[in-house]
This record gives sequence, C-alpha cells and structure tokens, in this order.
Amino acid sequence: MSEEHRIIPVWFFVGVILLIYGILILATGIYEFHNPPSTVLANLHPALWWGVLLIILGGLFVYIHMPKKS
Amino acid sequence: MNLSLSFPLALLWFAAPDPAGAAKRLILLHPVDMAIIVIYFAMVLGIGFYLKRYTKSGEGFFLAGREMTAWVAGLSFISANLGALELMGWAAASYQYGILAAHWYWIGAIPAILFLGLVMMPFYYISKTHSVPGYLKLRYGESARGLAALMFSFMTVLMAGIDMYAMALVMKVVLGWNMHFSIWVSAVTVAIYVALGGLFSAIFNEVLQFFLIWFGALLIPILGLIETGGWSGLLARIHQNFPQGDYTHLWRSLGSFADNPMGIHWTGIVFGLGWVISVGYWTTDFLVVQRVIASKDIRAAKLAPIIGSYFKMAVPFIVILPGLLALAVLPFKLVPANAVGPGQHGFNEVLPLMLARYCGPGLLGLGITALIAGFMSGMAGNVSAFATVWTYDLYRPFIRKGASDSHYVKMGRTCTILGMLVSIGTAYLAMQFISIMDYVQALFSIFIAPLFGTVLLGMLWKRVTPAAGFWGLLAGSASSVTMFLLVKFNHSMLAYIALSSQAKDMAENMYRALWSWLICVIVTVVVTAFTKPKPVEQLTGLVYGCTELPSEGHLPLWKRPVFWAGVSLVLFLVLQWIFW
Repeated sequence: MSEEHRIIPVWFFVGVILLIYGILILATGIYEFHNPPSTVLANLHPALWWGVLLIILGGLFVYIHMPKKS
Repeated sequence: MNLSLSFPLALLWFAAPDPAGAAKRLILLHPVDMAIIVIYFAMVLGIGFYLKRYTKSGEGFFLAGREMTAWVAGLSFISANLGALELMGWAAASYQYGILAAHWYWIGAIPAILFLGLVMMPFYYISKTHSVPGYLKLRYGESARGLAALMFSFMTVLMAGIDMYAMALVMKVVLGWNMHFSIWVSAVTVAIYVALGGLFSAIFNEVLQFFLIWFGALLIPILGLIETGGWSGLLARIHQNFPQGDYTHLWRSLGSFADNPMGIHWTGIVFGLGWVISVGYWTTDFLVVQRVIASKDIRAAKLAPIIGSYFKMAVPFIVILPGLLALAVLPFKLVPANAVGPGQHGFNEVLPLMLARYCGPGLLGLGITALIAGFMSGMAGNVSAFATVWTYDLYRPFIRKGASDSHYVKMGRTCTILGMLVSIGTAYLAMQFISIMDYVQALFSIFIAPLFGTVLLGMLWKRVTPAAGFWGLLAGSASSVTMFLLVKFNHSMLAYIALSSQAKDMAENMYRALWSWLICVIVTVVVTAFTKPKPVEQLTGLVYGCTELPSEGHLPLWKRPVFWAGVSLVLFLVLQWIFW
C-alpha cells in the first residue's frame, strides 16, 4: 500500500493521534495528582497510566512507520 | 453500523422522552476533552486532504486502488460495523438481558465472517467486481443488478441520515449539545473527507476509529473488574443485586420463548440470527464487503475478514461487560427508556454513565471522541458505499454509458455531497416523524436476507438462471415487506410469522428473515427449472465448479487463511462452552 504510491501508511496517522492524546492525558494525570477528579478509583491515577500507554504505543507506531525522505 | 442486527435497540434512544436540553446532560466536558475532540476532527479532515492526490482514478476513489493489506482491510471491515449507536445499544441490552446480548457478537457474527472469508470472498475478488450489485450483473445480468443497486443506494443514503440524527440525539442527551450543530458539523466533515479521498479516506479513518474506540472504551471494563474484584466478584455482586435473574448464561434459558427476557427461542438464534440474518449481513451488505474487496490480493481478501473475526469476538469485552458491570456497581437501577422519571436513568444511558463513573478529564474526552468517531465512520461507510453503487451500478449502465474514468470520479465526488445532503434531509425528517426510523431500518434488514439467498445460490450452483436470480430476489424482498406490514397493521399475525405471540421485535426480525430467505431460495429454484441457464464458459470466476481457485498448498500452515479461520472457530466454540 505504501511502496507503490509512497502513501504515508495509516499506522503513522494512528501513531500521531495516539501520541498527541497520550501527551494530553498524561499531562492531565500529572495535574490530577494534586487535584483528583471525583471518579471511582481515581486513587489509581488511570489518566497517568493510560497517558503513558498511549505515548508508548503512539511513539512506536510513529517511529516504525515514519515516512522516509526519498 | 450493524443496524440490520441491532435496530430494535437503536430505537431505545428514540423512545426516550425529551431530555430538556442541558438540564439532563450526563457528562460535563472540560477544556482538555474539547481539545481531544477538536484534534480528532482536524485529523480526519487532514487525512481527507492528504489522500485526495491518490484518488484521481476510479479504481483509487471507489476501491482505494485495491491496495489494502489484510490488516488494514480487516480492521476497516470490523470498524465499519462498530458504530457508536450499536456500542451503546448493546451495552444497554446487556444491562437489560445479561450476557444473552453477546449472541449478536459471537454466533451472530463469527461463523458468518469466516464463511465470507473462506467461501464467498474468493468469488468477489476473482470476478474483479467493484460491488455486490456488480457481482449480480456478472452472474445474473442487468435486471438483478439494477434491482439490488436501486434498493441498496436508496437505503444507504437514508441510513446515513438516521446515523446523523442518532448522533445528534445522543450528543444532546449525553453532552447537552444543540442538535442542529451536531448534524451539520458531522455531515460537513464526513462529506469533505469522503468527497476528497473516497474509499481510501473512509478506510483510513475507520482504522483510526478502531483504535480510538478500543482505547476510549477499554478502561471501563478494566477499572470495573478491579472495583468488583474480578469476574467472580462481578458475578457475586450481580446475584446479590438481582437474585431472580440469570444474566450470565448464553444458552441455558433459550429452551422456551417465555424463559428469557428477550422472548427468543434457540432455533431463532441459531437459524434466524446465526444463519440468515448474520450470514446475509456479513456476506452481502456492500458497506462491509467493500472494505475487503479493496484488498491487494486474494490471500489478503480471505485473511481480512478472518483477522476481523478475532476482534469481533473481543468486542463484548468493551460492550457487554460494561453492561454487566453496571448491574454490579451502579448504586441505582436503570429503567426502560419510556419509563424514565425525574432523577432516573434509562438502560440506554449505561455506557455514558459508566464512562462518567471511571473517567475523569482527558479520558472522558477520549471516550466521547470514540463515540463521535463511531457515528461518523458509520455515515462515511454508508456514503462511500452509496457513491460506488450509484456511480458504477446505476449511473454508468443506465444513465451515461461510456464516459471517461475522470467523469465517473467527478460523479463519485458529486454524489457523495448530494448523498450527504439527502441524508441531512432524512435526519430532519426523522426529527419530525420519528416513526420513519422504524420503517427505514426495518427495510434495511428486509432487503439483506433475500439478497443473501440470491448471491449464495449464484455462487454455489451453476444451474441457476439469470431470470431465476431476478425473480427470486424480487419475491424474497416483496414477501419480507409484506410480512413486516402484516404484523404492523395486524399484530395477531405475529403468532404465525414469529411462531409465538410472545415473540419480541428481535425474534420477529429473525423469523421474517428466515421466511423471506426461504421464499427467495424456493422461487429461484422453481424458476431455474423452467428457464435457460448461462453457458458454463460465462460462469468462470463467478461460480464454484466453474472456477479454478488459487491453491495455498505451497504456503506454510501458519500463512494459510483456513488455519486462522480454524483457530477462530475453536475460540468461538470455547467461548460458548465457558458461558453456556
């Protein structure tokens, strides 16, 4: 799909959006350390861990499928 | 969106009383949530603008260049079916009926998807058809193609409008958003990215949506199971809160219509849902089949649905489990949508309620984006399928033959915009006359079962004649409409059509589909006996017995589609056994 027409693979776009969302959610998770939301199990800091997971996965997708300069 | 399987649940939303705007909103978004939603809209539009340069030919615009890998086609195939209304509808159903709702994801999907991959996909792919009506043209001729294309394009445009209205209504209930704002913003965004990038754009955005739905919804079952202390803790809490009900068994209560809250008998589930409705939907609804036809080779085309089957099998984890968790952890009981009083919540609000229970700012935005993405991909799927069928199966053969490829691409882009405008009109019509939704969605399911009979016989039996294909399809569709209207205007007919006066909407749909499929098959067989078949040489690439299928014997076992289909089938059977 990507070689013949040099289309940026869909996985790169997936990686970019997961990475951006990961950064935003991680930042929210850090802020919530001192201002926890009124949700159930907020003491587990789900935003923090979910943000880290999204950054790792998004980063991997972006790194592996980064469009190469010709 | 899998509305042909789930439309009675969708109606739960429309039966709900006016939520009185913002006063009843379930969720309050924060700036970070709004940023996440805005980034999603920017991304889908950006993808549309980027892909426009690759969709200048008909093959590029309508079939994404037939270059999709098995994974991209497989995720897109599942994603096109994973609509937001379905997610919320089935979460509501699992709160109401328990794990019985999982039948629609397991027996109602897995055997059918594997059947598509192994049996039917080779013919769609080898025949090089661009659509399901296109296959009917090759197999039966113009009349069968014209009938199927006309019904399909009419229904898809109306369905996109129903999606649009549903999204606006859900956003109003959940977030308090203005309905006109939701309709126009979603419609304009979808129209832009599909008109620019065609099927390429629709598929890219569906893959994106697939990840957003999973990462947006996955936290609910994870945190829910932590709160309940795992599966055994969940069961204990459900039995404590609802001692009378059986919410955790798939088959035990299906021996009689009266023994289960769905009012369904196991024969309806196995033959109606598991055979006619499910196989009909997954193998002949062009909205999902189009994604697989865009695969780069026949092995990818066979593997794509099989890959999709694994993810489909896992969807109950993010849809059914939240409903069961709600039974265990919510401190109040939900009620039917038409019985919601002040301070109460309906079944259909279960997924947003669970989202709000566990997800704070940021995560909430991700969950809402997942729902919006689900709605928009449903609209995009309908509109991109409409553009292909209208241009290739109606405009080119019946209105303007022999025009240039670029002319048809222009027509594809134009009818995407026009289709979206008609859909907006449908959304406003549904806003004024809610009963129209009932008819539109029922008609959609009415059409699928006989079409399945026509395509299946055409692929497996070389004797079937062109006249038989047309008359079988017409008789099956007409009988389905007749049965629907008979029950609508004389409810006592339900006892004859659904075999029980206690049968609910879902049971009625299943039996109606079963009868209309049988009528289609019988008429096709009878007409075949009295009419002349096509010469065998004209059936090459279209029918079993007349087509040489590529051998996979040289491939190692783990690269063969049949091996992965077998693994998927075993997993499916194990799930039935575990939750029996």
